[in-house]
Amino acid sequence: MDLEVAPAQKVSSPKPTPLIAVEDLSLIFDTGDGAVHALSHVSLDIRPGEFISLIGPSGCGKTTLLRVIADLEQPTGGRITVKGLTPREARLQRSYGYVFQAPALYPWRTVGRNIALPLEIMGFSKAERQARVEAGLGLVDLTGFGNKFPWQLSGGMQQRASIARALSFDPDLLLMDEPFGALDEIVRDKLNEQLLRLWNRTGKTVVFVTHSIPEAVFLSTRIVVMSPRPGRVHDIVAYDFPRDRTLDIRETPAFLEVAQRVRQGLREGHSYD
Amino acid sequence: MTEAQALPRVVPTPARGSLWARLMAGHALPVAIVMLSILVLWYAGAVFMNAGLQRDAFLNADVAHYSATDFVVGTWSQERPRLPAPHQIAQELGKTVLATPITSKRSLVFHAIVTLEATVVGFLIGSLFGIGLSLLIVHVRSLDRGMMPWIVASQTIPVVALAPMIVVILNQFSITGLLPKALIAAYLSFFPVTVGMVKGLRSPDPLQFDLMRTYSASAAQVLAKLRLPASRPFLFASLKIGVAASLVGTIVAEVTKSEDGGLGARLLAGSYYGQTIQIWAALFAAAFCGAALIGLVGIVERALEPGGRTAT
Repeated sequence: MDLEVAPAQKVSSPKPTPLIAVEDLSLIFDTGDGAVHALSHVSLDIRPGEFISLIGPSGCGKTTLLRVIADLEQPTGGRITVKGLTPREARLQRSYGYVFQAPALYPWRTVGRNIALPLEIMGFSKAERQARVEAGLGLVDLTGFGNKFPWQLSGGMQQRASIARALSFDPDLLLMDEPFGALDEIVRDKLNEQLLRLWNRTGKTVVFVTHSIPEAVFLSTRIVVMSPRPGRVHDIVAYDFPRDRTLDIRETPAFLEVAQRVRQGLREGHSYD
Repeated sequence: MTEAQALPRVVPTPARGSLWARLMAGHALPVAIVMLSILVLWYAGAVFMNAGLQRDAFLNADVAHYSATDFVVGTWSQERPRLPAPHQIAQELGKTVLATPITSKRSLVFHAIVTLEATVVGFLIGSLFGIGLSLLIVHVRSLDRGMMPWIVASQTIPVVALAPMIVVILNQFSITGLLPKALIAAYLSFFPVTVGMVKGLRSPDPLQFDLMRTYSASAAQVLAKLRLPASRPFLFASLKIGVAASLVGTIVAEVTKSEDGGLGARLLAGSYYGQTIQIWAALFAAAFCGAALIGLVGIVERALEPGGRTAT
């Protein structure tokens, strides 16, 4: 595998407009015992088609940043635009699909009807819903499980169903908050490969929160290394692996080099107070 | 060692077991044991409670010598015992339920139907009011703080004190018959439904609400697709409490307003004339009605269970 020629695969124009522009963003939570600086002067541009991983120890604000992009948290300072709009406007336009740490499937709905939930809310026709649920189930290898209830599925299958739900209305942007954190290594590997193939095939933009270095390096085009107290960006690691990479790439020197730089960044940013 | 020799040991013996093990496996035996214990205690209690009356009875009849058996049998067959024996209540129930036409004012079925009508109407009014109130409380922030104390306070007033006033006030507006009793039943049943539904509508976890927000769902959609389905178990638990409370409310109202009949009227008449057997029969009828109503709510709950058909 020749990694040096990988830059040729870039499809974006020389000066692409960012899909998400974050500038000097801060968020201070006013808790009972003092202010918590969840995000401190974070700046970041995310271009269309990128796979960005936010990595860092707990408390570094990676989930908070994702939630600000999704308009689930309000920043206290700085500027942020999503598709040139405010996060709120982007949310109201249903610009993104969000995958949470837990599958958050509704237990009273079958898997198929869980995937149909956003479609119902967004007013898709019944026929369209059925077609999209079938396609979604196929996308995450759950064909034939549409009539099962969530409790009848394994954790990995539930999380796959939640990914199908996030993709059902075909958003360009996928926000994923440690979606595979609760799964075992083998399932995680398999889902990482599936996710990568999905991203390669659909050309969606993915913002992915994780605290696993191998996962971040394997999936991403750029890794944002964050550090805690206050939550800030410590380093941004950009690299070009082929979009159709497989898990074997983890044995290559190039992979280990990127992983090493990420690890070093995490170590430097970590304060042992 | 051949396979043929090993085979008989591999074949499982038919699940025969001892009689004891088979009886204990089901519900039947434990229930029977409890029932039997209650009956034994009851009969013993009847002897103890009615002993004084029985001594007086023998004294009045100038019976100086009587055997222990006569005495015990006597305590179990008085006309107005302090504590009637179970078979006396069973006889009274048999007489007033089976042997009397339903149209007769002496039929317990007639009175039970009168009570059930007001109970069901009151329960429906109370439940709908309770659900409506819970929707307001969950969606209007100021109502949460403002209304909850009043709702709680409403239940601290003893219904025995309130029932006659409601009957009198409604009578002033020419509202008579079933409605005053139903309103008292509703007054008792709306409270558990309100409290249960407020809790149920707020029961989804933050993640499930966040999910709705990412879809920019309207408040009505959040209600229909998340809050209401999530509150279903809470609703039915409080409906069961509510229907029992409705029955209590109706019976209390019937004691106040006994001219229409009903189990409450039956209790009042029984205590007025010292007819303890009649009182106990009415109590049993009330208990049966309560159990039946709760069972009915349970059947509706199971019918509405998601995946009741597909889940194994």
